[in-house]
Amino acid sequence: MLLEAPFTEKKIRALKLGDRVDISGIVFTGRDAVHKFLHDGGVPPVSLKHGIIYHCGPVVVQEKGRWVVKAAGPTTSIREEPYQAEIIEKFGVRGIIGKGGMGDKTLKACQEFGCVYLHAIGGAAQVLAECVTEVRGVSFLEEFGSPEAIWELSVRNFPAVVTMDSHGNSLHQDILALSQRKYKEVLSSPV
Amino acid sequence: MKNLKENLIELVRRTSAELPQDIIIAIQRGTEMEAGGTNARYALEVIQKNIEMARDKSQPLCQDTGSILFYAKVPAGFDQLAFEEAAREAVAESTAKGYLRQNSVDSVTGANTGNNLGPGSPSFHFEQWKNPEADVCLILKGGGCENMGVQYSLPDGRLQADRDLNGIRKCILDAVLQAQGKGCGPGILGVAVGGDRATGYACSKEQLLRRLDDKNSDPVLAKLENEMVEKANSLGIGPMGFGGKTTVLGVKIGSLNRLPASYFVSISYMCWAFRRQGFVLQNGGEIGRWLY
Repeated sequence: MLLEAPFTEKKIRALKLGDRVDISGIVFTGRDAVHKFLHDGGVPPVSLKHGIIYHCGPVVVQEKGRWVVKAAGPTTSIREEPYQAEIIEKFGVRGIIGKGGMGDKTLKACQEFGCVYLHAIGGAAQVLAECVTEVRGVSFLEEFGSPEAIWELSVRNFPAVVTMDSHGNSLHQDILALSQRKYKEVLSSPV
Repeated sequence: MKNLKENLIELVRRTSAELPQDIIIAIQRGTEMEAGGTNARYALEVIQKNIEMARDKSQPLCQDTGSILFYAKVPAGFDQLAFEEAAREAVAESTAKGYLRQNSVDSVTGANTGNNLGPGSPSFHFEQWKNPEADVCLILKGGGCENMGVQYSLPDGRLQADRDLNGIRKCILDAVLQAQGKGCGPGILGVAVGGDRATGYACSKEQLLRRLDDKNSDPVLAKLENEMVEKANSLGIGPMGFGGKTTVLGVKIGSLNRLPASYFVSISYMCWAFRRQGFVLQNGGEIGRWLY
């Protein structure tokens, strides 16, 4: 299904666990340095209200005076778990794109404030870079370095799977519970 | 070493943009295992498309171009310092060309060196052998999967793992369980039993140089490798942790002698974007043939 800007609470609340979405609109990359900065009281140089944060450190090069994204897959999200919930609340973020899923604190924030976790396909840097139609700007390039900067990207039909919805459901919790059960079964079966 | 730098740039480009055939085949098989319409199947289809696009566009498969690990088997008299110098230049130029991301950060200051050069980057692992030619291999290993690496010291109370084959089984499956989808599975495990903490991890990474379709020369480990693939895949974690049958594509196990007091099981998790390539180095700088 399509998820198009503006990312209203109604659209976000309509998404359910396991839904496959194609995202069109603006996303802001932000990873470790940005999350710590915002969590420590830093003022974001862009408005994140009803925005989507993408856990991504892209490969971006300058061609004929323009920024061009050469590779842009997701990075592991769980590193932002100490920071994410407060950032969702404080700045009114509606979506987090990343990989590997996040924890309870973020899940609760998604439920309480109307946000959703969108799992991109890890490592699929070319498929995902192809969805970037324009680099609209960059902040903190000097301070944090290219992978850690905030890149403002226009994306079209960016594919992702809803693995944490705004109703308290997490595919990651479900799969963890299933695999823990299987682990015990596998080890108790004869070799 | 004439042309060596240029040929090492080509090695970096190829490694970053093109998966070796053994991995491509394993991913195709995994895709066929997953039922149509599932998110597991969908993830693997996107991965297959990505593999084709990266190759056709000659661009990085994954934006995390990872730790840059050179493995070289060299004859006596091989000039390792000259090789390292050429490889450093090749890495810096490959970064400027966009084959590698600016990926090397000073751990104390936090500054990105911008060219992937710095203490420990790239890393070199030389081994001398009797052959007259050198084998030069490169692995690019991303941080997401590297963070899923783990080292167990047996006996392990939490896992109830003793110093035996069953203890090793528990460690390997626990590593897969703990990784869930965070290492960009379906993954490939390099495992080392024994050694000290440093040689154990080093040996676990060296297992990743083995082709997926090779067979361990130790019959006990060969059997254990197959068994671990099957059991890891029965955990239900699946591609990206979406659930499914394809959790690992391979398990490769090596062993080192240990001290009576120590028993380490060291595990390196490699993501599906298993970037590994190499060539036979001839005439001091030419590519004889590709290794994977």
